[in-house]
Amino acid sequence: MTLSAADDVLITLKGATFGYDGAPVLSHVDLVVRSHDFVGVVGPSGSGKTSLLRLLLGTVRPQHGSIARRPGVAVAYVPQLETVNWNFPVTVAECVLMSRTRRTLPWASREERVEVARLLDRLGIGDLGHRHIRDLSGGQQQRMFIARALLRGPQLLLLDEPTSGVDVASRHDMLHLLGELNDEGVAILITTHDLNGVAAHLPQLVALNKTVIAAGTPREVITPAVLERTFGAPMEVLEHLGMQVVLDAYPGNRRKVSGC
Amino acid sequence: MLTTLLDPFHYAFFVKGLTVATLAGGLCGLIGVYITLRGMSYIGHGLSHAIFGGFAASSIIGVNYYLGAGLWGLASALAINRVTRKRRIGADAAIGVITTASFALGVALLTRYGHKGPSFDNALFGSILGIGAADIWALVAVTVFTVAVVLINYRALLFTTFDPDVADVSGVSVARLDALLMLVLSLSILATLTIIGVTLVAATLVIPAVVARMLTNRFAAMLWLSSGIGAACGFIGMNLSYHLDVPSGTTIVLTGAALFGVVLLLTGGRRLPRTAGLDHHDAALTAVVPTAS
Repeated sequence: MTLSAADDVLITLKGATFGYDGAPVLSHVDLVVRSHDFVGVVGPSGSGKTSLLRLLLGTVRPQHGSIARRPGVAVAYVPQLETVNWNFPVTVAECVLMSRTRRTLPWASREERVEVARLLDRLGIGDLGHRHIRDLSGGQQQRMFIARALLRGPQLLLLDEPTSGVDVASRHDMLHLLGELNDEGVAILITTHDLNGVAAHLPQLVALNKTVIAAGTPREVITPAVLERTFGAPMEVLEHLGMQVVLDAYPGNRRKVSGC
Repeated sequence: MLTTLLDPFHYAFFVKGLTVATLAGGLCGLIGVYITLRGMSYIGHGLSHAIFGGFAASSIIGVNYYLGAGLWGLASALAINRVTRKRRIGADAAIGVITTASFALGVALLTRYGHKGPSFDNALFGSILGIGAADIWALVAVTVFTVAVVLINYRALLFTTFDPDVADVSGVSVARLDALLMLVLSLSILATLTIIGVTLVAATLVIPAVVARMLTNRFAAMLWLSSGIGAACGFIGMNLSYHLDVPSGTTIVLTGAALFGVVLLLTGGRRLPRTAGLDHHDAALTAVVPTAS
C-alpha cells in the first residue's frame, strides 16, 4: 500500500502485528508519522521499540495489518552507540561517506568532500573529519552518525536511543540539534527510556509496550496511569516549571517527595 | 653472501614459486582485511579445510581441481554464511561442523581411492614444486577479479563490514555482498592452497591484516598495508623456504608471525588494543532471527 505524495503522511501503520517464531513482539500497532513530526517512543526493554523501528525502516513487514509509505520516502537510521565496533579502522570522514554507496570509485569526489565538510561543520564537528572514530566523545560520535544519515537526504530520521551513553550537556545539545533538523523539515522519531531527560522535552510521545498504550503530548502521555500500563510499575508524576517529572512510586521515594 | 641469496633465482621453478607466493600473499592480505574485521578469522581456517574435501573429490573423479574444489568451497562458504545469518547456531559451530566434516571426507576419499594432481602433503603444507603456468594464470585471474570486486564495491563492502545492519537499512544489498566476499575468499584460498597449504592458509589471511591494523587507523591504508605485508611475507618466506629446505607455507607464516612480533615490540604493545575489537559485531536491528516476514 502507498500513500499520496501530496499528503504530509510519510508512513502509516494500521493494526500492525509482528513477532518472531510465533511470539508477537508488536500487536495491533496503529501509528502515523507525518513529515514534520518529532516523536519520542518510550517503553521498557522488550516493549518492541526496535521492532517498531525495523517496521518503519522496511527491513521487516507486519505479519498482520498493514504499512503504507509515501512513494520514494527516504528514511535514514542512526544506531545506538553501544552497538558499534569502535576499534574499526575508520576516520570520521570515511564513516560519513559510507552511506554514499552508489559511487563506483573508492575515493571521494570533490563534491562529496565539500558536502561532508559542510555537514560536519553544520553538526559542530567540522575539524574532526580526519580523526579516528574512537577519538570522539559520545556526543560527537552521535553527531557523526547523524551526518552519515543526513548525507542520504532523508525525510525521516530514526534514532535508536540517541542520548544513551552521553553526558547531560551532550544530551541537551543533541535534543537541540534534532529540534533544529526538525525545524528544517526532517521528521524525527527517536526511541528512549529516559523519561525525564529526553521524553518530557519532546513535542510528541508514543508509549509502547507491545502495542501503543498512549500517544500525544508529554502532558497526555506522561501520566501515572499510562506509565504504569507501559512500564508495569507504579510511578508518580510531578510538575516542575511546566514539565512532567517522573519518580518511582516506591514507599522510600514517596517519603522523600513528601518531605520536599 | 649475495651469490647465495641470488642462487635460487637461477631456477625457473623457484621464480615461478616466488611470483606465486608474492602474489598469493598480497591477495590473502587484501581479503584478510575484510575477513578479520568481520570477525571471520576462523572461516579462513575452516574454508581451507572444506576445500580440501573438494580437492580430494575432484582428484578422484578426474574433474579439474579448480572447478571441483572451487564449487565445493563456494558451497561450503555459502552454507556457513546462510547458517550463521539465520542465527540458528553460532558461526564457530557452523564452521566447525561443515568444514571439519568436509575435511574428514577429503581424507577418507584420498585414503580409500588415492589421488591425482597435487600431492596430499603439498595440499596440507604447501610446496613450490610443480607450479605450472595454469596455477600462475589462475592466481592472476583471481587477483584481478578480487581487486575489481574491492574497487567497484569499496564503500558498500566497507559499510557492510563496519555496520551490516545499518548498511542493510540504507539500501545496501548485504546478502549479495556477503556472497560475493565468500566467492572471492573461496577462490583466493583455492588459488593459494597448494603454495601455502590447507593448514596454514588461514594465517596468511589473518596475520597481515592484524599487523596492518596495528600500524594504521584508516581503512584504505589498512588495505594497502595488509596487501603489502602479505606480499612481503610471501617473498621473504619463499626465499627462506629454499634456503632452509622446509615447506613454503611454514616459512611464509613464520615470516608473518616474526613481523607481528617486531611491530609489537617497536610499538611497545600500545597498538595491540586496536586489534581487540576485530571480532566485535553487536547487531541492534538483527539481534533476533531476521527472517520473519
